[in-house]
Amino acid sequence: MHRTGELYGQFETLEQQKETAALGMWVFLVTEVLFFGGMFLTYTINRRAFGTAFGICSNTLDIKLGAGNTVVLILSSLTMAMAVWSAQVGKKKLASIFLIATLGLGTVFLGVKAIEYKQKFDHHLIPGRSFDMKYHPAHPMPGDDLEELDKEKQEVDKAFAVDPDINAHGQLYFSLYFGMTGLHALHMIIGAGLLLWLIKASFAGRFTPQYNTPVEVVGLYWHFVDIVWIYLFPLLYLIDRHR
Amino acid sequence: MPHEDYLNARYGIRSWLLTTDHKRIALLWLGSVTVFFFIGGLFATMIRIHLLTPTGYLVTPETYNKLFTMHGVAMIFFFLIPSIPAVLGNFLIPLMIGAKDLAFPKLNLLSWYIYMIGGCFVLYSFATGGLDTGWTFYTPLSSIYSNSAVTPAVIGIFINGFSSILTGLNFIVTIHTMRAPGMTWFRLPLFVWAHYATSMIMILGTPVIAITLLLVGLERMFHLGFFNPALGGDPILFQHLFWFYSHPAVYIMILPAMGVISEIIPTFARKPIFGYSFIAGSSIAIAVIGFLVWAHHMFVTGESVYAALTFSFLSYLVAIPSAVKVFNWTSTLYKGSISWDTPMIYAFGFIGLFLIGGLTGLFLACLGLDIHIHDTYFVVAHFHYIMVGGAVMGYVGGLHFWWPKITGRLYPEALARTAAITLFVGFNLTFFPQFILGYLGMPRRYHTYPPEFQVLNVLSTAGASILALGYLLPMLYLTWSMRYGKVAGQNPWPATGLEWKTDSPPPTENFDVTPEVTWEPYDFKNRPDLGLAAGAPSLAPAHGDD
Repeated sequence: MHRTGELYGQFETLEQQKETAALGMWVFLVTEVLFFGGMFLTYTINRRAFGTAFGICSNTLDIKLGAGNTVVLILSSLTMAMAVWSAQVGKKKLASIFLIATLGLGTVFLGVKAIEYKQKFDHHLIPGRSFDMKYHPAHPMPGDDLEELDKEKQEVDKAFAVDPDINAHGQLYFSLYFGMTGLHALHMIIGAGLLLWLIKASFAGRFTPQYNTPVEVVGLYWHFVDIVWIYLFPLLYLIDRHR
Repeated sequence: MPHEDYLNARYGIRSWLLTTDHKRIALLWLGSVTVFFFIGGLFATMIRIHLLTPTGYLVTPETYNKLFTMHGVAMIFFFLIPSIPAVLGNFLIPLMIGAKDLAFPKLNLLSWYIYMIGGCFVLYSFATGGLDTGWTFYTPLSSIYSNSAVTPAVIGIFINGFSSILTGLNFIVTIHTMRAPGMTWFRLPLFVWAHYATSMIMILGTPVIAITLLLVGLERMFHLGFFNPALGGDPILFQHLFWFYSHPAVYIMILPAMGVISEIIPTFARKPIFGYSFIAGSSIAIAVIGFLVWAHHMFVTGESVYAALTFSFLSYLVAIPSAVKVFNWTSTLYKGSISWDTPMIYAFGFIGLFLIGGLTGLFLACLGLDIHIHDTYFVVAHFHYIMVGGAVMGYVGGLHFWWPKITGRLYPEALARTAAITLFVGFNLTFFPQFILGYLGMPRRYHTYPPEFQVLNVLSTAGASILALGYLLPMLYLTWSMRYGKVAGQNPWPATGLEWKTDSPPPTENFDVTPEVTWEPYDFKNRPDLGLAAGAPSLAPAHGDD
């Protein structure tokens, strides 16, 4: 880790160093847009082709958990922005607190995702040989609302009447679900690692009004990861919720 | 020779493998891309030997599929795409803009290591069964049916993509924030403009192929269905995603070479380049329009006639900025004082061969004609004219042009000229017959052909042996020159760039004092420091006639 405010050899001024770091992160985020973009395109094409399957599969996701996670992530962006501000005005202790809060919220998000993934596994919704949209309605799990489950069974049967290949097309949906949220979660894990590094540096008092570029740059990354989720949530969870 | 330079500043393998000096990193790249050039060349040799006879006697059909696949993968991803940017771009960009290094030196080193790791995965794939899908990895062959080592290969190319992205990111940020005082955008050498445009493509396009190949790998491993018709997926989706990167990728390969030519021509015509701002702008135009033409690789997939018309039209459009460059280079020669040093021979070779390659691209962009010549040797000849006749000649010419700066030594000029001519002759003998073969209907990627095509195939293989000699000679004498070549001095040509105002080889920090730029680029007239004779022919004012 570099000493606070020290000028790296290739730069002439601290200002140039700061500008360069920020521009570097922005350019990297552009590449990330294109990276996720490939899967967004695949999603768009497949949803257009298999609207029924996508709708019914989307309804198997737990909207409470999804919405809750969205709020958690937006809050974490708030705490991250507060951390950047705190560092800029020299409130070192506050900066550390906000960074820890961001990490905490991020961890909550990841924990909820793990719960959701486990649920999918239990309901036979992982793409592969055991994938079966009809499994969960036919096999209630402890904690299920039987009335809701019955409604779901009826909807699944209706969907199969419209599209007999729901199990095939549903796998496309869930491949995208796991692919996109998985890639997103991977980026959050990386972000969590970056936050740990920042927290360690912040506790050592490294960030001052003169030198807080790492906080700003990680902040940019964290906000990006947040924005990706803000697109993922409606696209994956809210396709056909009006019943 | 200067007393201390970047080569002798520190000794030992750690000082090379853990360097953050962009000049040393460039040399690390030089070694690696040369190794992959050999590997790709080995596969090419086997292909050409196999095709000496109509029924082929060297390898089985399955192995033949692997040969052309691995030739393509090695050459495109591990030689051509990095070559000029990672070797010459890394070395020269900080020098050309008056900086001490790139914006992110450690990322620069990481980029090389990522390339090496990706390369290891791909070599592992080659060694454990090879790859038979074509470098284009079309599904469902690559995602389901191929029994070759696809998964390690796509992992390797995926990893290698990040190397490209980091290099592009580094260049863009460097060019924005690290220019010396007085080095305004329109005083930048055209080599830098070319690399800026290339970097734009690298950062926008590479992530798309990364995700696409990742999806292919995931489909192979976990039987996802995006490209599998049985699950409702669409193989054509793969082709769209693949070509969305791979077409701009060809501009990643050619733009840097064009940048090299834009440096060589004014130097050896001793004249400012004609139409500086148009050449700079045309690089950006090629990068932008290049993203809009991908489906010209898919004319025979059944895409709608309206889509085909659009892509055909855009493909014609993208030829215009390239033509602007060719016209401007040629105009630069008018009333110039031409000297036939080796880099200039390569530059002339580039212009002629790129012209043929580019024009035949227009043949292919013509819808009716493409039905006839798609997937034939016409296509193979077209892209080799641009990638070998263009990009590789630009690379080798650039290596020669900047060799004195990189090593402090001159290469043997007479031998170098001979090698350049050998390369030119060998190249044309190898690939011109392939235009004819393609037009007569010989399909590409076939291990056999009708007997009436044998003469042309034999000519092509004969040419390949001369081409190989043309590559071997520089490898030998350039290496020789590092020890025994004449000492070069600061500016042997002389040329006008900032890189020539520091020692050869440069010190680690590039410049003893940060330069302040007060002159226009290629301004031979107002540069008394170049030591040009007073009786030089009349020179056009700086910026030529734009």
